[in-house]
Amino acid sequence: MQQPNNSSNNNLPRNWDEALTLQLNDEENVLAWIETDLDSELRFSKGIVIVTNQRLLAKMYTSEIWHSWSYRQGLLLTHRDYAGIGCLELFDAHARLMYWRYRVGSSDRVVNRLIESFAQQLDRHLTGKLHQEADAVVQCPNCGASMAGEQNDCRVCEKQSHVPPSTWTLFRLWRFAKPYKGRLLIGFLLTLCSTAATLVPPYLTMPLMDNVLIPYQNGQPINDELVALYLSGLLGASILAWILGWARTYMLALVSERIGADLRTTTYEHLLNLSQEYFGGKRTGDLMARIGAETDRINLFLSLHLLDFATDVIMIVMTAMILISINPSLALVTLVPLPIIAWLIHLVRDRLRIGFEKVDRIWAEVNNVLADTIPGIRVIKAFAQEKRESARFCAANQRNLQINDRVNKLWSLFTPTVTLLTEVGLLIVWIFGIWQISKDEITVGVLTAFLAYIGRFYIRLDSMSRIVSITQKAAAGTKRIFDILDHISSVPESTSPVHLPTVQGQIELRNVGFRYGTRSITRDINLVIKPGEMIGLVGHSGSGKSTLVNLICRFYDVSEGAILIDGHDIRSLPIAEYRKHIGLVLQEPFLFYGTIAENIAYGKPDAMPSEIVSAARAAHAHEFILRLPHGYDSLVGERGQALSGGERQRISIARALLINPRILILDEATSSVDTTTEKDIQEALDNLVRGRTTIAIAHRLSTLREAHRLIVLDRGSIVEIGNHAELMAREGFYYRLYQAQVRNVDTEDRGFVPIVEHSVAGEHK
Amino acid sequence: MSQLVTFQLTRNAFGRLVFNNQLGLMQEGVIPVRSFPITNPDQGIALVDPHGKELVWIERLTDLPDDYRILIEAELKGREFMPEIKRLSKVSSFITPSTWEVETDRGEASFILKGEEDIRRLTTSSLLITDSQGIHFWIRDRMSLDRYSRKLLDHFL
Repeated sequence: MQQPNNSSNNNLPRNWDEALTLQLNDEENVLAWIETDLDSELRFSKGIVIVTNQRLLAKMYTSEIWHSWSYRQGLLLTHRDYAGIGCLELFDAHARLMYWRYRVGSSDRVVNRLIESFAQQLDRHLTGKLHQEADAVVQCPNCGASMAGEQNDCRVCEKQSHVPPSTWTLFRLWRFAKPYKGRLLIGFLLTLCSTAATLVPPYLTMPLMDNVLIPYQNGQPINDELVALYLSGLLGASILAWILGWARTYMLALVSERIGADLRTTTYEHLLNLSQEYFGGKRTGDLMARIGAETDRINLFLSLHLLDFATDVIMIVMTAMILISINPSLALVTLVPLPIIAWLIHLVRDRLRIGFEKVDRIWAEVNNVLADTIPGIRVIKAFAQEKRESARFCAANQRNLQINDRVNKLWSLFTPTVTLLTEVGLLIVWIFGIWQISKDEITVGVLTAFLAYIGRFYIRLDSMSRIVSITQKAAAGTKRIFDILDHISSVPESTSPVHLPTVQGQIELRNVGFRYGTRSITRDINLVIKPGEMIGLVGHSGSGKSTLVNLICRFYDVSEGAILIDGHDIRSLPIAEYRKHIGLVLQEPFLFYGTIAENIAYGKPDAMPSEIVSAARAAHAHEFILRLPHGYDSLVGERGQALSGGERQRISIARALLINPRILILDEATSSVDTTTEKDIQEALDNLVRGRTTIAIAHRLSTLREAHRLIVLDRGSIVEIGNHAELMAREGFYYRLYQAQVRNVDTEDRGFVPIVEHSVAGEHK
Repeated sequence: MSQLVTFQLTRNAFGRLVFNNQLGLMQEGVIPVRSFPITNPDQGIALVDPHGKELVWIERLTDLPDDYRILIEAELKGREFMPEIKRLSKVSSFITPSTWEVETDRGEASFILKGEEDIRRLTTSSLLITDSQGIHFWIRDRMSLDRYSRKLLDHFL
């Protein structure tokens, strides 16, 4: 990435910097550069293209030659890209002089800067004037977050760069654990105490053996008092461990559940505030899984696995201390095999984990076949392809079987292996213990105690070995959650917002351009919409109509230029406040699960019933609502009453009417219904449009008969503006569009004649 | 083998293909497009104008006179970018996203695999891997990779 205002070239990659220094003349400064990673034959090879204040320089890494072009009349630097590969080309008036290839990736902005810089320098050399660049807020090309001019990489994208999740990610959860510090501390102390309590019983086996059982075998009577003391000690320790264990588990489960809940709520809240752009690029299922399943997995990890692991570690440390205090040399022999056995178990586990992951993936594949075919069952039946689909499922299932067989081979080996390893460990202790007893270095009781201790944590080794993979999974889950949390909305709230309690409804678009990813969608749109005016946006699909509407609603922010409402940049207004002024009616009206009244009052939850009814009346929805068995209390939405497209549309019109917005946006509001229904909706819409600034998109040009002006868009630019009559007279783009529709509407019952009359009659109210 | 070629194709100084047909239509910046770039690359190639409108359909490249065929092949070569992975040198992690260092028929490269779902099975043995920038990498036959590469790859399948 380059820093355009830097006079030195010190931010070039080092390997280029040295070679370049020799090339540069006096007073020559590097202004912009791009590192290319392909050669002209599209083989991977590094190269560089540099714009300086005197010329354009280029070199491939493998060659020694610097190519150089001084600024002169007719030079042109352009770029284009196809399927992720960019091509930067240098032309003069007669021919292509050179071209460079590169993987586009994130270098889009770099290329644009390079070309911009080149054009400015060329201009300066030809005219002598230096074009002053307004180095205002620059936006990151990937996420759209604003960046300071000096900043090279976007902080947001940097955070989301594709580094594999490291276990350290888990520590970021501390942010959510912090409020529960106190309880966590108590939980930790309880863990210490309960673990200590569990370690008392094996300790007591030592005196029980040495002071009671062995003397008895040697002919002495059993000391009843001593037995009672030791046994009650055993019982007491067990009961204490039980109580402490319960308190600890409950306390920590309580905390981890709260951490999980906070995590979920925070993520969801954050998600809702992200821009439309974010949702555009994500699958719903994936986001749902992240908030649901991933938080649950983290939760489980915290409350169960981490806790167990901590307990195990504490236990091992305490046991080691006890063992060393009893007999250091036997303790050493006991503990040395431990890491080796742990490592062996881990090794087997690791292989097993890979196997299980494969099983998971193959299972997903089986599910995919189902997800593919069940919704498409009509097609399958219509083309009589049941056999083929069942063969496809069978094949996926067969692969599932194969992989499972392979995993099971290893899996069935696992438990016996752990047992064997444990036994081997015990055997070593036995051997060394017996040898020590024979030397009279330890008593039988000590050996018994050692065996009791060691047996305990060999069993735990298996679950401890699991912690590695579980931690990795939890870390991956945490990362996926923080991916959402770290994402800063590409439609940021203004830091010093301007409050507009009422608006007139004048909208001005100034040089508006918008890029989505690497694609430029709209360019240089200039338009002033007067308060109360109705504008129709016309054009082929993909001409940028919906983009323009999304920009006006501020679902996205413009890449260039500005949108002003009553003279204020919409980026300076608080988002929620600004959107309150906008009523939106979409092609596919979305009804939430709830009553009709709730759905109509969605934008104004405290609306009076009378307001709801009058909005419904104006939207021509009142009558059909009354026909429903529960009237305004009928349930609609996913699990509710089935409504037709036209009915749902009228409810959404009522919804827009109720908030009484100054600006109204109709995005293909009538295109999903038939022409008769359209007539009903049109009447409802006419009520809605009255006196408001309206922007309507319609595929059927007839819908726009009320519009004062029609804006004809093609490939992201405005090509014509005028009312129907003017545009028809011009015989341009609109005329062709209109003609094409007239030819297609033989079957439709309404012609397009009214447009002329209405647009004249409707001229400025 | 040139029978019934009803158009002319040349490359101009700007590096663009120029198409002329019998009707006097001249079009600069013509682009050849393969219909089945993966499954059957040599069958069905269309010449389209910069707006994507088809100008002529070529059933097989071998039907064309040599000079046209060379022009088209050169243009295709400059547009098609699907490096074939010959060896996996290193993967940064078995958990995605993961950075792969690979040797391809176009030299050494590294790319980021965003998720296992970006590995698409073309047939039982050939795979198409889409990297984080949307560039496709191709493995013709994963069984013929060396043992180490197969082992690395296996973690992701």
